[in-house]
Amino acid sequence: MNVLNRGWIAWAAAAAAALVCDPALAQGAVAPEYRWLTFAVFAAIIGVTMYVTYLAARRVKSASDFYTAGGGVTGMQNGWAIAGDYLSAASFLGIAGLISQYGYDGFMYSVGWLVAYITVLLLIAEPCRNIGRYTLADILAYRNNPKAMRIVGAISVITVSTFYLTAQMVGGGVLVKALIGIDYEYSVIAVGSLMLAYVLFGGMVATTWVQIIKAILLVIASLILVMLVWTPYGFSLPGFLGDVVADPKVQARVATLLGDPARNMSPTELGQRFLEPGLYFKNPIDQISLGMALVFGTAGLPHILMRFFTVPTAQAARTSVVWAMGIIGGFYVLTLFLGFGAAVNVGPQAIAAVDAGGNMAAPLLAQFLGGGPNSFLGNFMLAFVSAVAFATIVAVVAGLVLAAASAIAHDLYVGVYHGGDTVPPRQQVRAARIATVVVGAMAITIGIAAKGQNVAHLVALAFAVAASANFPCVLLTLHWKRCSTGGIVLGMIVGTVVAVGLTLVSPNVTYPKAVREASQKVLDGEAAKRSAIETALASGDADATATAKTDLALLDKTVQKAKDDMAKVAGKEVSIMGLEKPMFQLKNPGIISIPLGFLAVLLGSLLFRDRRSEDLWPEVYARQNTGIMASKATSH
Amino acid sequence: MAQASNIGWDKVIADPRFQVLHRKKQGFLAGLMIFSVIFYFMLPIGAAYFQDLFKVKVWGVVNIGLLFALAQFVVAWLVAFYYSRRAGSEFDRLAREIAADYETKGRA
Repeated sequence: MNVLNRGWIAWAAAAAAALVCDPALAQGAVAPEYRWLTFAVFAAIIGVTMYVTYLAARRVKSASDFYTAGGGVTGMQNGWAIAGDYLSAASFLGIAGLISQYGYDGFMYSVGWLVAYITVLLLIAEPCRNIGRYTLADILAYRNNPKAMRIVGAISVITVSTFYLTAQMVGGGVLVKALIGIDYEYSVIAVGSLMLAYVLFGGMVATTWVQIIKAILLVIASLILVMLVWTPYGFSLPGFLGDVVADPKVQARVATLLGDPARNMSPTELGQRFLEPGLYFKNPIDQISLGMALVFGTAGLPHILMRFFTVPTAQAARTSVVWAMGIIGGFYVLTLFLGFGAAVNVGPQAIAAVDAGGNMAAPLLAQFLGGGPNSFLGNFMLAFVSAVAFATIVAVVAGLVLAAASAIAHDLYVGVYHGGDTVPPRQQVRAARIATVVVGAMAITIGIAAKGQNVAHLVALAFAVAASANFPCVLLTLHWKRCSTGGIVLGMIVGTVVAVGLTLVSPNVTYPKAVREASQKVLDGEAAKRSAIETALASGDADATATAKTDLALLDKTVQKAKDDMAKVAGKEVSIMGLEKPMFQLKNPGIISIPLGFLAVLLGSLLFRDRRSEDLWPEVYARQNTGIMASKATSH
Repeated sequence: MAQASNIGWDKVIADPRFQVLHRKKQGFLAGLMIFSVIFYFMLPIGAAYFQDLFKVKVWGVVNIGLLFALAQFVVAWLVAFYYSRRAGSEFDRLAREIAADYETKGRA
């Protein structure tokens, strides 16, 4: 134990040092003279979470402790932890950014992320708690061929987690760079090693607490910002949104988005358009497809499923989903104010000038509300929000790594290699820790290797695979008498292959020709825009000059990006699949791959009968509904 | 794993009380799930094909589309609340009765 604690302290110190002693600080949203503030807030958060990990490390003795915190988490704690596991930087920064740039569509996008939990609550959480143990494969292996289930289950869990993890690592690296100007590689290493410190030493106990602390911080930060945004309007929704509609920055943004049709619209009409659908989503089928992936995919995400094994009973699992829905839903309602608040106060153009994706909306809003870029309070608030964003990434990554490590150590090493539970507890924990290090190292390596790649679609892909492979398999093994080993194997293969295959030939992948054409268009239009801005700069009008300056920064950024894109695709003609243009037109494969996944489980089950699957059906059926012996599944 | 237990699982699922629990639960869950899915997909469908309706202003600048999106949150919470109340007051009691009965028998 002592060795472990010493190792833990050294690790924590090294991870902190990687952050603070970074020799290569570039320009970020936080001004250099205030960077120490961000580090101070960081240090406080890291200090608290590390202390929790230190306490947790002493409690991790068995595999059950490591994977599921011994099943001793309460419903309310688990609800907060689910929220912390689920609300990634993409939700905190991404959705607020989307709303600040596209208005209504950004808010609409957030709805599916909450509705997903109805599926989890009604169909998945309680039965899984009643018959599961540590992993997704445990549920599948209960009545079907254990070896086969552990192999396909582990492959699927590792696939989904790797997609999600890559998106988080790359997204996290980019964000930390944009926020505090730490070099991309250092950010990835810092995120990775901090996460490893939590998971490796504290297992699920520490991961749970890191997620709870992060969720609380996220809610507090959002609440403060929303209070500051909304108070001037006396908490009136029409009053606040009326200001959004009347804002010239918002009106200008809508005019840019609409192009020619905007010429006949009055400023008020343009502003009102920001509260109406259609500025971001152009293809309704695509949107329905994405909605399906979200609503059915969340229930198949391994790191979310795993959280239900940490509570003692089905009732506690239910309570945790209800809490999670309250927190997650409440948070998304707050993003409405964060996004629109950032649009009014900071301006869509100024946000896009810092980060084209709009990710800096919430941090810049915080800085503005505190008193602007030159004030102490403004920078303190920016530092706080940046530190929360960082904690957010670490907490999500920790949950993902734990899920992937459990698939390797519990399913593949103990289940397949050793053929069952004959491995002594200490060795199981050691296997889990080794797997954690392997997955963590892999995450850091992939994160660094994928620098500069467009990985935003990987989260959607993770949801699509979870919805098309994991969800049908878990649902049907729980609720369908005839479901068999053959059905699950076929369902996992078809769901995963179709979802990944369609994505590879979809518009998500880079098509060099299209990139070149789009970039050329930007470069061709540059001269005209530049002269218009220069005219405005020369006009002498203070308002016009300020707007022109923002526009100029945005133009420089867009042109630079177009040049970079041109350089990236130079000499290339076809996508990684050898295509000139997308073969499959939807960005999300869900609408095709989810029904096919279900069909594959049905067909496979009917074609390949399995005695074991049928014999054990009464047990699965009775246990998931009554919870008989559920407590015994966690005790050893 | 727990398969080694001597609880007669066939007897559990043939138990009339289990049948009642399962029938009630199944119908309730299926109804709630179908309602939730339809209600959710009305949002993207409405936003794409019923834009004129979504654009109607009803409360200052607040339009039907915004209210409908906000209603999605309220309805999701109500579904969660409704389900957990029904489960807590009825399903849990039935399940506990059956479980207590068979767990005792299983040990005997």
